[in-house]
Amino acid sequence: MALVEAIILSVLAASTPLLLAATGELVTERAGVLNLGVEGMMIVGAACGFGGAWLSGSIIIGALCGIVAGTLLSLIFAMMTLGLAVNQVATGLALTILGIGLSGLIGAGFVGERIAPAPHLHIPVLTDIPFVGRILFGEDGFVYLSLALVVAVWWFLYRTRAGLVLRACGDNHLSAHALGYPVLRIRMYAVMFGGACAGLAGAYLPLAYTPFFIPGMTAGRGWIALALTVFASWRPGWLVIGAYLFGAVTILQLHAQGWGIGIPSQFMSSLPYLATVIVLVLISRARTGGSTAPAALGTVFVPDR
Amino acid sequence: MKKHLIAAAAVLLATGMGLSTASAADKLKVGFIYLGPVGDLGWTYQHDLARQALAKEFGDAVETTFLENVPEGPDAERAIEQLVRAGNKLVFTTSFGYMDPTLKVAKKYPNVHFEHCSGYKRDKNMSTYSARWYQGRYIQGQIAAKMSKSGVLGYIGSFPIPEVVSGINATMLGAQSVNPNMKVKIIWVNSWFDPGKEADAAKALLDQGADVITQHTDSPAPMQIVSERGKFAFGQDSEMIKFGPKAQLTSILDTWAPYYIARVKAELAGTWKQEDTWGGLDTKMFEMAPYTNMPDDVKKMAEDTQAALASGKLQPFKCPVVGQDGKDVECKDGDHLADGQVLGMNFYVKGIDDSIPGK
Repeated sequence: MALVEAIILSVLAASTPLLLAATGELVTERAGVLNLGVEGMMIVGAACGFGGAWLSGSIIIGALCGIVAGTLLSLIFAMMTLGLAVNQVATGLALTILGIGLSGLIGAGFVGERIAPAPHLHIPVLTDIPFVGRILFGEDGFVYLSLALVVAVWWFLYRTRAGLVLRACGDNHLSAHALGYPVLRIRMYAVMFGGACAGLAGAYLPLAYTPFFIPGMTAGRGWIALALTVFASWRPGWLVIGAYLFGAVTILQLHAQGWGIGIPSQFMSSLPYLATVIVLVLISRARTGGSTAPAALGTVFVPDR
Repeated sequence: MKKHLIAAAAVLLATGMGLSTASAADKLKVGFIYLGPVGDLGWTYQHDLARQALAKEFGDAVETTFLENVPEGPDAERAIEQLVRAGNKLVFTTSFGYMDPTLKVAKKYPNVHFEHCSGYKRDKNMSTYSARWYQGRYIQGQIAAKMSKSGVLGYIGSFPIPEVVSGINATMLGAQSVNPNMKVKIIWVNSWFDPGKEADAAKALLDQGADVITQHTDSPAPMQIVSERGKFAFGQDSEMIKFGPKAQLTSILDTWAPYYIARVKAELAGTWKQEDTWGGLDTKMFEMAPYTNMPDDVKKMAEDTQAALASGKLQPFKCPVVGQDGKDVECKDGDHLADGQVLGMNFYVKGIDDSIPGK
């Protein structure tokens, strides 16, 4: 039982950055913008988040620095793709490269420094409930924040008028424009939200997961978040399932090795990606109405005057 | 427009040549190619410490330059050539993946000397150098066996290549010399560097009952996890004690300075020769961080073992080395395994209850 609890706790921690980044990307893509720069925004968020926390001694200020950094970087993307109508794929890739370089520069001053990690919640009585208490009420705040964020995004997208307009921009920007909605401005907000989430996801790594900063510490998690968005077929509910599934596969394959289960570790390391492909196939087979992707995803919109 | 370009090129050429002749006359230029950013710990940082040691040792007689974040593979060729063109007469390429690019550039510039770390291809102007880290791992195995209460050692591996496999074997042979029933759990993260995954692997090993953790990956994340849980761990490449003040038992430190200084001295004296150096504790090719967080008798044992290894009295792969199948491994070098057998090691010794992935 203790081992099961330990595994679940590891899965929660491993899934949280994926869930945060993917939530932001989901909103961005729902508005019709494909931002492949998640990895770059995350790593800059990690560098600034750690720097903020290290200088101020406050995890919350660190998290805010991460959010601001991710947002600023996403504004560069918005300026290029929305303002200048540059190709989104190329700009996103460039943003990742820029982010990796920038984070090394920002982080150079505090590589090798340490901070106290984000504290774990402790609610008297509730946290002390055997087994579930530690899982439901005893992790760091980011874990629960990420779940609350998904719920909020779901509510926004499906239960508010603004959410409907945002989805309309992603499905048919010409119609949305014809109806008088400011497509570019809405998309810019969506891109900024994506940047903020990616920045926070990146900041989670040095603030809670492994409390130090080293260049390249996101190690490809931004790309997994991108895959997750597709895996979830752009639905918040599926995003949660997907994020925890990815986290679980990663952690369980490590445990499987410790137990000496005779499957090559290289194969098990590739399982999350294999799962994405399989689920994609299943989803597309199960649906008769074609793809669930936002119809205008990745297309450039230039309003006529 | 064309005229301007030609003029600009001529100016560049003239200044470039001027620079190279001026510096060649008074000081030796030594170049370095780094895999990662220098940072504050880890593989590249250790190489850079040695580079700084050159500056201290030779002062104005030597000028060093480095290029960091150079990806392994064909792209490295341009970076190496860039150093040569800038007038560097001795170039250190500090990662395994620079082997072929270094060889290519070495063939092109026979008057420049190259030093490649941890490879096996050489030329008349290209040496190789590496360290017998497995000696350090033997010591760590002994310490682990003494310090472990559960009798289970956790091992975080990067990739199942001979260097890592021989490290696991050396660790276990050391451990078995103290406690023949010592067990090891091995988790491969299939990466040299992924702090999150390394941390998760450390958690998994601890959760499964290991109480001493060894890593063959680059980040201090495992040390930090082990420290939080109040268990013990060994560092890697660098001193990691600040990530686990009460957890680090020792760490294998890559100390390249003595070798780099010797090679630059030879270059200055005009006696540089192509060599294949695989140094151990005897030549200080690597060192052990102070033995900390352990009782005095364990510390004494570790120091004695270190001395015996340095003098050559003790060989980690002393025959008979018994494989997992219970049969003795062929002994190709007197009383211990030959260097070639260690460099190409692809089997586990008896007592490791696991198999090499993909084998």
